[in-house]
Amino acid sequence: MIEPAGLTTRPAQVWGGVRLVPLVRETPIEDLRLDVRLHDADFGVVAVDARTDYWSYIPHGYVATWGDDAPAAAYGTQLLSPAERTRTPDRMALRFHRRMARRVAKNRLRFLPLHLALEGYLALHFGGPEIAWREWSHRAISHGLSPRVEEAYTGAVVRGLDDALRVFEIHAGQCGVLLYVADALASAFVVPRPADYRALHGTLLLDLYGELIYHYAMLSMPVPDFGARIADANVRSLADLRAEAARQREEWTAFHDEVMAGGLLGADYTYEHVYELGPYRLSRFLPPFERRRDNHIGELITDESGQVAYLKTFRLSENQVRRGHLLTVLAANDWSLPGTAAALGVTEPELGRRIENAGFGHLLRQDVRDHYRARRSHAG
Amino acid sequence: MADLIAADDVLLFVNAAITSTGQREFHSGAEEQGLSLGFLHRYLLVNYRDLYAATLALDINDHNAALIVRNLLVTAAEADAEQRRAEGRLIARRLELLPPQRVYALFRELRRARVNNRRTRAIMRDWLAARPDPAFDAVKYRGAVKDAVRHAHLRPDGELGPFLFAFRRPAAYTTPILETWRRAHYDQTALYALPYTVAEGFAAKHRIPRAAFLERIAPRLTRLERLRLQESARERGAGAVRADLTTMPLTRLASYVLGLSLDERARRRGELTEALRASARRTAGDQAGRWGRVVAVLDDSFSAYGSGTKRRRPLAVALACHFLLEALAADYTPLWLSGRDDALLVHPYGATPLGERVLDGLDLGPDRLVIVSDGWDNAPPGLAGEVLRVWRTRLDPGHTCGVVHLNPVYDADGFDVRRLTPVVPTAGIRDAEDLVALTELARFAEGRTGLPELRAHLDRRVAAFLGEDT
Repeated sequence: MIEPAGLTTRPAQVWGGVRLVPLVRETPIEDLRLDVRLHDADFGVVAVDARTDYWSYIPHGYVATWGDDAPAAAYGTQLLSPAERTRTPDRMALRFHRRMARRVAKNRLRFLPLHLALEGYLALHFGGPEIAWREWSHRAISHGLSPRVEEAYTGAVVRGLDDALRVFEIHAGQCGVLLYVADALASAFVVPRPADYRALHGTLLLDLYGELIYHYAMLSMPVPDFGARIADANVRSLADLRAEAARQREEWTAFHDEVMAGGLLGADYTYEHVYELGPYRLSRFLPPFERRRDNHIGELITDESGQVAYLKTFRLSENQVRRGHLLTVLAANDWSLPGTAAALGVTEPELGRRIENAGFGHLLRQDVRDHYRARRSHAG
Repeated sequence: MADLIAADDVLLFVNAAITSTGQREFHSGAEEQGLSLGFLHRYLLVNYRDLYAATLALDINDHNAALIVRNLLVTAAEADAEQRRAEGRLIARRLELLPPQRVYALFRELRRARVNNRRTRAIMRDWLAARPDPAFDAVKYRGAVKDAVRHAHLRPDGELGPFLFAFRRPAAYTTPILETWRRAHYDQTALYALPYTVAEGFAAKHRIPRAAFLERIAPRLTRLERLRLQESARERGAGAVRADLTTMPLTRLASYVLGLSLDERARRRGELTEALRASARRTAGDQAGRWGRVVAVLDDSFSAYGSGTKRRRPLAVALACHFLLEALAADYTPLWLSGRDDALLVHPYGATPLGERVLDGLDLGPDRLVIVSDGWDNAPPGLAGEVLRVWRTRLDPGHTCGVVHLNPVYDADGFDVRRLTPVVPTAGIRDAEDLVALTELARFAEGRTGLPELRAHLDRRVAAFLGEDT
């Protein structure tokens, strides 16, 4: 469960097939902030007093020049304590073509090109077989799932997203947004402070979106506004009218949190705590990989009370969910094929086919695959 | 029924012609605006030609006035003799009011469109003959004048002919401005006697530093050039370029103020407020203080930024309306959407909780409620419309409080300015100066008045426009 405590849902803004739901924080979290080097370099924001104590974070995939030489991408979201504020974060050097390099020189912030970030997400979660069952190929034992490739689309090619972000009016005190495409929740994004949100609003366009979102955006009709409706009969005075108007807002908030964001907020996540620093804890989470509902992977910074300070999610497509499901079941059964087949309620050759269909065929030894294939055709 | 539709169509068009300039807006691009506007022009021209021509008498913007004139002249063959006579007078009067550069651009446009009927030539000839100083025009708009003269088969008198068509031939001109122009080619001091736009080219040719140039050309600047150049001249230390802000048109002045940084505005608070107030008082004229208790709901949400080409225009209109209403009202309360109460420091930021602010406004029980907004009510969407509808139908059916919505932005998809609700009249607004006239026109938009009334209103406006007695 993700508990969006302290965040209030405000009325959505719709543009074409994209619906953006602003999340407003009553009291911004002031002691966790976007790394000041990013603010300085990219946004020209006046640096805070050096004596102020605060922890800082750097979002995953954030490209900047980190003190040393070439621009590099932050690898995995990171937390920095006040003392290590000058520490260079874990990063991945980027090689740019000549033209890119020139653009980098302008010191503009930028996220990683496409699938590197997503690959990072998934590679961080899956290590490959831990017990060398004889069915697994030599390569699977020694290299795990590597290379593991997943594809995603950058926000720039998601139709209508650029305009939707451009015309979106940021609320006062807004610290986050839920992004729906054709009313499918595509991504949730929460930061600790309104200033951070303003700085990062545009980067939603550089983010990654799954295949599902891309296709929905391509095919969807404009989604309707949830327009206010006031029943005439209840209104006898201006005060009644005001009460009715307030009720409209509450109804929307309740409806949204329960129905529209239910898939994100209500799911059972597996958390992997990455790092703890001061009162803050950085974790990555995986969805239950249930089919036919929305599954989000993402990363999260919470404080002691469990309040969400930073959240970023990516919605998996149906195929990715299937793959994730298969891998989790395999991992839960210690990568034993008979055990997994029993857990899934299928025969071993069936499981072999599933593994092949999921694109993991190379993990099984060739003779095992042939054997399964022969047994399947024999049975069929 | 048909009458009502016709009246609606005309109002739709008038709103579009007041607000749209075919430029990019916050929610739509330039092409969308142009296409949408082009369609409306076409539609009205074909279906209600006389009404289309009559809109020239209203406070439509220059872009649309030029488009209407062009469309009327292009399709002159479709009009009968009577219509042509009426159109001709409207066109001539409107051209007198248009800024000369617009008219010259229109003439060039007609030339490009290969419109060269006798009527077009006569209109061009009459307009050119009425220009106060042909030599000045020939210098300032040299290429355009040349095209116009050529297109209308005219024979310019005196030295203008050689100046336009064989300027290298005469060794000297006797007309002073032409002679100055000739000398400016080699004499740096001569160029300061030329109009700014022409001198600018010569200054570049002579490599005169910008600051020195601005300092010396200052006396030749027009009022709006002065306003436009003031800030860049100040940065370069050319102090001579100083506009008298109190004489500026209200909306331009508001645009200028919004172009300044917040610190600058705070620093020059007294001067700017005084200039805005003076301009508003002048605009209000004899109506000042006669509007009773007025509450204004003014939109300073992010969309009031407009676009890169119409920078902060919707906000400038709101700011200008604020000062104008302050002058018009006996008792005035402004309600900015952001909740700010310092009008001078407004900037476009945040969402549009129009519904709540309208409620706040109605709470104060005013005689008039004026809403200046682009109509993109989004927090929550449509609440303002609902509030106004319920207010009108259940709480105030007797119209004790007049509500009017003024919208500075043309919505290309809707072929109209965006409305909040059908029960409240919405009028497009381009300059806050037209506020009084627009609130009058807006009552037609309530859908209770039919075509005959509208026609009568238009006839009155046309008569007044042409300077006749009604």
